[in-house]
Amino acid sequence: MSELRELYQEVILEHSKKPRNYRVLETANHKAEGFNPLCGDHFTVYLDVKDGAISDIGFQGSGCAISKASASMMTQTLKGKTTGEAEGIFSKFHDLVTGQAAGSGEDLGKLAVFAGVSEFPLRVKCATLAWHALRAALYGEEQAISTE
Amino acid sequence: MSTVAKTPHEIRAEPMFDVHKIRRDFPILHQQVHGKPLVYLDNAATTQKPLAVIEAISNYYRHDNSNIHRGVHTLSERATEAYEKVRAAAQKFLNAASSKEIIFVRGTTEAINLVAQTYGRKNVSSGDEVVITAMEHHSNIVPWQLLCEEKGARLRVAPINDRGELLLEEFEKLLGPKTKIVAIGHLSNALGTINPVREIVRMAHARNIPVLVDGAQAAPRMQVDVQELDCDFYALSGHKLYGPTGIGILYGKMELLETMPPWQGGGDMIASVTFEKTVYNRLPYKFEAGTPNIADTIGLGAAIEYLSTLGLEQIEQHEAGLLNYATQAVGAIPGVRLVGTAKEKAGVLSFVMDDIHPHDIGTILDSEGIAVRTGHHCAQPVMQRFNIPATARASLGLYNTRQEIDALVAGIYKVQEVMG
Repeated sequence: MSELRELYQEVILEHSKKPRNYRVLETANHKAEGFNPLCGDHFTVYLDVKDGAISDIGFQGSGCAISKASASMMTQTLKGKTTGEAEGIFSKFHDLVTGQAAGSGEDLGKLAVFAGVSEFPLRVKCATLAWHALRAALYGEEQAISTE
Repeated sequence: MSTVAKTPHEIRAEPMFDVHKIRRDFPILHQQVHGKPLVYLDNAATTQKPLAVIEAISNYYRHDNSNIHRGVHTLSERATEAYEKVRAAAQKFLNAASSKEIIFVRGTTEAINLVAQTYGRKNVSSGDEVVITAMEHHSNIVPWQLLCEEKGARLRVAPINDRGELLLEEFEKLLGPKTKIVAIGHLSNALGTINPVREIVRMAHARNIPVLVDGAQAAPRMQVDVQELDCDFYALSGHKLYGPTGIGILYGKMELLETMPPWQGGGDMIASVTFEKTVYNRLPYKFEAGTPNIADTIGLGAAIEYLSTLGLEQIEQHEAGLLNYATQAVGAIPGVRLVGTAKEKAGVLSFVMDDIHPHDIGTILDSEGIAVRTGHHCAQPVMQRFNIPATARASLGLYNTRQEIDALVAGIYKVQEVMG
């Protein structure tokens, strides 16, 4: 039960119910879809990148609480960051949810609430789906990326 | 479904179906998951194996392992005999007219691909049509799409209603001179719907169209009589029948199998080979190229024997009672909606919950020791039909109990509690 509470923390549930930046970005100059065919989770991430920085970011789609909250908190965290910084944050986030991080994600700020995912290996794909879509958007992969 | 006449000595006086006694035959069920007793409700994905099956495989490797249809030595003779005995048991299990109509394959998927690639490639041409239904598993969609793509043929899909029942009149309208084969599921894995196969076959045969039935979910849940159904092909998987993975059966009517070209070439499927000409083996070996999955075939034989001893009718009754109980109990939970409410239904309880994604349902139920499937169940068009991304699915097996359904209900309340 404690593991379950660790996974479904209040912050995560709150973001899944009221996702931030949940909108199509009219000014987007990058976008990509992320799709998990195993569970049907499907998100589109929109980015407005100016001078190497993410000046605005939004997403839409459907998925489980973990994937939606992760997408929502990703958009909050990355707004204003350079693409290089975004890459670094994703790398740390990935280590956190796969249990490879040295600490408990203190340097990730709010995103540290996803540490509980590492106890649920089958849910790592949920937590990282929007992030993979983000990378696809940044590096201009037009085709929907798939977790499988 | 057929009812098999019973001679008086077969009618038993003892309790018909003692599920608690039966559970002792399944070693895997007696374990804890996350500190809770395992409640295995993912039987439509795969079933657990009774000790008889596990031991049959183990004993084969301990005592009889050898290649079949070849050596004259004792082990080869034993292995061949054990393997062919299963064919005879399968014939009886499905009430096929001949054991030559029983072809061992890897599973339902391979069986359907075999028919699409042999019967289909020979008989379907440009402009022809293949008819399926909107509730098919991907394995009864994609092989036909591949065939249609190759031949320039068209895949027609018979619609279903909001309860998940096939619209028979619409189905019949799709049948015409261009229809070369009909392929339908006997029991929908995503919705639990039982299709009126006998009626479908009658409609198709009136127009000389053969019918393939995907029996993966029906074979473990009801008595199947291929002669009574009068279907032309029937496909099933061993692992959904309390047997091992990697083995399944394709039943085909002899007159059709005779006209079909071989599928894979190799050893065992030939009568004689020269570089100029190869003569193919007779049925059923024509379709069994290479050394087959001998051990798992023998395991499947043990599963068939196990099910036959319990009695398919008893299993059907037991599961019908459980499904009824589960439908009432789960359907009564506020915020839960059942998906697939056909009048004729078995084994499967698909549901969605308000504002809670099935994936989260699955994780939280697992923390209670309850195994259900969440997702699209390899039936994405069914999800599209109901306009949902996925469902949670509890699917029953012969060893499930009412107490386990009660645990599922408590688990669903837990999901609501955790997800707030």
